[in-house]
Amino acid sequence: MTSEKSYTGWYFLLAVLVAYGVTFIIAPDKVSPALSFAANILGQLVPVFVLIIGVSAVMNYYIKPNSLARYMGKESGARGWIITTVSGILSTGPIYMWYPLLSELKKHGVRDALLANFLYNRAVKIPLMPLLIFYFGVKYAAVLTFVTVFLSFIAGWLTEKILEVTK
Amino acid sequence: MVSARSWKNAVFKAIKSIWNALPVILGVVLLVSLTKAIVPSKTVAGVLSNSMIIGPLIGGALGSILAGNPVTSYVIGGELIKQGVGLVTVTSFLLAWVTVGIVQLPAESILLGKRFALTRNAVAFLLSIVGALMTFVLVNIL
Repeated sequence: MTSEKSYTGWYFLLAVLVAYGVTFIIAPDKVSPALSFAANILGQLVPVFVLIIGVSAVMNYYIKPNSLARYMGKESGARGWIITTVSGILSTGPIYMWYPLLSELKKHGVRDALLANFLYNRAVKIPLMPLLIFYFGVKYAAVLTFVTVFLSFIAGWLTEKILEVTK
Repeated sequence: MVSARSWKNAVFKAIKSIWNALPVILGVVLLVSLTKAIVPSKTVAGVLSNSMIIGPLIGGALGSILAGNPVTSYVIGGELIKQGVGLVTVTSFLLAWVTVGIVQLPAESILLGKRFALTRNAVAFLLSIVGALMTFVLVNIL
C-alpha cells in the first residue's frame, strides 16, 4: 500500500469523525450509543485481528505467488473455486476485516472471480444457522444456503467478465 | 515451493498490512455504529413493501445501505416476516445485507480497487434480487 493510499484511509476516518461531530450538534443523544456500539464491535474484533495476522503471517511464510496461482489463479480450475467457496463459508468476522488479506491475495495474482466468489460466500453463516432456522424454518435455511452458494459462482464469473469487458 | 523468508518477516509484513488498513477499519466501525444509532429498525419495517417487483428492490437497497453483524439482519428479517412483509423482500434484504456493502465500499475500493469494488457490489445487488426470487420459488415448490 502506498503512503498516498494510507492517507486516503486516514482522510476517510477523519470524515467519519466529522460526521460524528455533526451528529453531536444535531442529535447529541445518538452519539453515545453509537460510540458504545463501536467499542463493542472493536472489542469483538481484537481476536479476529489476531486471527487475521496469524493467517496472513502463515500465508506470507508458506505461500508464493506461483503456488497460490496454482490453486486460485488463472489456471486454477474447479479446485480454486472450491477452495474459495469453502474459505468464504468458513471465514469469520466482518467483511472489511478480510480486505487486507484479500488485497494480499490479489497482489499475489488471485483472480477477481475467486475474490468475488469468496466475498459472496461469506453470506453463508454456519454459526448463525440456528437463528435462521428459528425465524424462517429448516426448508428456507437449506434453500437460502443452496441458492447463496450457487449464486456465488455466478457472482464471481459475472464480476470478472464485466471487469474484462470494461477494461 | 516454500519461501525462504523468516517467520519474523512474515509476521511483520502481516502486522504492517493490518496497520495500513487500521484507519479504514476504524472508520467503517464508527460509521456502521453511527448508522445503526440513527436509523431505527422500525423505519426499515415501515418502508418495505410486499410487491414482488418493488419489494425486493427496496429490500435489497436497504440491505445494501445498512450494515453490521448478520445476526442483526436475521433478527430484523424475522421480525419483518412476523409483521407481514413478503418473503422475497426480506430475502433480498438478508442477501444484500451480507453481500453488498455501501458503507464498506470506501474500504473495499482502497484495498481491492475501485473498479472491482463497484462491479462486485453492483453484481451482488442484482443477485440479491435474483436470489430472493429463486429462494421464494424453490421454497414454494419443495
